[in-house]
Amino acid sequence: MTNPGSDNTLVDKPLVIDGKTYQSRLLVGTGKYKNLDETREAIAVSGAEIVTVAVRRTNIGQNPAEPNLLDVISPDKYTILPNTAGCYTAKDAVRTCKLARELLGGHELVKLEVLGDQKTLYPDITETLIAAEELIKDGFKVMVYTTDDPIIAKRLEEMGCVAVMPLGAPIGSGLGIRNPYNIRMILENATVPILVDAGVGTASDATIAMELGCDGVLMNTAIAAAQNPVMMARAMKGAVECGRDAYLAGRMPRKLYASASSPIDGTFF
Amino acid sequence: MNVILNGETKTIKTDSSILDLIQLMDLGDARIAVELNLEIVPRSEHAATILKTGDTLEVVHAIGGG
Repeated sequence: MTNPGSDNTLVDKPLVIDGKTYQSRLLVGTGKYKNLDETREAIAVSGAEIVTVAVRRTNIGQNPAEPNLLDVISPDKYTILPNTAGCYTAKDAVRTCKLARELLGGHELVKLEVLGDQKTLYPDITETLIAAEELIKDGFKVMVYTTDDPIIAKRLEEMGCVAVMPLGAPIGSGLGIRNPYNIRMILENATVPILVDAGVGTASDATIAMELGCDGVLMNTAIAAAQNPVMMARAMKGAVECGRDAYLAGRMPRKLYASASSPIDGTFF
Repeated sequence: MNVILNGETKTIKTDSSILDLIQLMDLGDARIAVELNLEIVPRSEHAATILKTGDTLEVVHAIGGG
């Protein structure tokens, strides 16, 4: 991307995850859409290149008359990111990733999430660490969903996760970035991409995440549960780009008192 | 003979292979993955893998998710 204006702006580098370059910093899920047509259209409009999917028994979640999700969201066009949603133990998460790898013909990039309880869907960090270690040892490239704890984020990076994805707020809550200061601490220490995953409710939330300096944002419900998901997908595309530009441009300092925009000199009254 | 398929008991012919079972499920060409007794069975081995009574299978696919 070109940077207009002076050379004082940070020069943007593309998002690189596990050696692959992406132009879009918006990652989207495929859950909760009305149907596959809406899924396809919203994802196309979002501009996302990385798209998450869930792995479930074949008798679940699909109308037999409809095409398979992967026929609509083609692995030839998108980087498919299978998740371990619904897993509450490291063992189930590892099983799910192995099935996903077989399902996707040897594909090794996965989104690891091991959940603690159904009410909060907060990550279970002890199980997440066990699963991450096992998956990395087995050759998986792990993008890991975690809390906004900077120590754990660093630990996951050091273990070899290819991206660390702290939550902004609980999954599906739409509460936005509840602790921007923790996200900043995670960013300051990071050498792998940091993406906010979960919690985004509307466009401004995505912009805030990007203004903090995040490398990307992953969302599902904020688009799928909007009254008009396709329009919200467009809004999110813009929001992520705006936030990135604002981060690179470098915001003005906050001041307690006013500072006139018009000159004081030359007033005639 | 009976096997446990996706959590439910299913009666199939003796000496059925995983491929036979998948075809029985109308999933012959679908993008699926199979786990037999907690081990992945690669697609290339579906035809040659003969099932036994009591085998536990998971047959999965990708669906919408975040």
